[in-house]
Amino acid sequence: MTPEEQTEFRRRQKSRNMMLGGVLVFFAILFYAITIVRIGD
Amino acid sequence: MTTAAPINTPALPADWRDFYALTKPRVMSLVIFTGLCGLLAAPGSINPIIGFTAILCIALGAGGAATLNQWWEADLDAGMKRTAGRPIPAGRMKPTDARDFGIALSVGSVLIMGLGVGWLAASILLVSIIYYAVIYTIWLKPRTPQNIVIGGGAGAFPPMIGWVAVTGDITLMPVLLFAIIFMWTPPHFWALALFIKSDYAKVGIPMMPVVRGQVSTRRQIFVYSLLLVPVAAAPWFIGGTGAIYGVTALVLSLIFLALSVSVATRISADGDAMKPEKRMFAFSIIYLFALFAALVVDRVAAYQGFVT
Repeated sequence: MTPEEQTEFRRRQKSRNMMLGGVLVFFAILFYAITIVRIGD
Repeated sequence: MTTAAPINTPALPADWRDFYALTKPRVMSLVIFTGLCGLLAAPGSINPIIGFTAILCIALGAGGAATLNQWWEADLDAGMKRTAGRPIPAGRMKPTDARDFGIALSVGSVLIMGLGVGWLAASILLVSIIYYAVIYTIWLKPRTPQNIVIGGGAGAFPPMIGWVAVTGDITLMPVLLFAIIFMWTPPHFWALALFIKSDYAKVGIPMMPVVRGQVSTRRQIFVYSLLLVPVAAAPWFIGGTGAIYGVTALVLSLIFLALSVSVATRISADGDAMKPEKRMFAFSIIYLFALFAALVVDRVAAYQGFVT
């Protein structure tokens, strides 16, 4: 892998990790909210 | 250990935007809209968080089915100009990554729908995903020129799922909402197919204008548009909605029918501007948005006591 490819590899890896992290946080909040609503049912 | 890389295997991991593109976001916007209208028009109430979860799951399920569709059709997509730039045929993503992503979205959306909203809505969501990804994409699309009629069924599920998420049971109304989109899809798509020179024939997908010719396609556009008139107005006839929806549905459907007559009674030659077909396709999109918006307005008006 050339240095340019290495840099691009890292950039994509990082942006994917950030996106995945965001999605996980979103679902954690959503599941929490669903649980609170369901407890009230 | 080194192995020979297959053609188009990307050297770099796919960008997250390519995963997003696999879900066909533009198709998803219509799915979200009709699903939301089904949810808002249903009698009864739903907690906003549960309602949001239902729409999210409908969107995720549609995204999963679209992803599986592109995984399965990657070699066909590579042979068509319109689709050659998609993530898998363009070589930006491994096919197995797309497959796994599609399965994860599909399974995840059904499970969250079941646990968070209800298992009946989750079951219909599962049926819709299998219907699109397996029955339509794998089985019938390459085999019959009626593929669009069958594919229309997949797009017809969202309002039904939205409705069932609220009521928890299947009545005639959500079935009618399904029937409306089912009848609407063939004229909508075939109007487009008449004026877009697609290369489906090149990759062996039997599209109606190619297989049966434009005379038959135009006649069938008219037949489906005619059937759409009573089907679209049926929610009013059975007393499921008020006059706001009923009159809107009748007016919109009669305009749609009139446009289909101008499409059905002509034959186009090479170099034709195809104005009636383009007009009908453009109106078909307005038609569906306006019809479902009228459904919600009708429900809100009745709920607020503006009409009886």
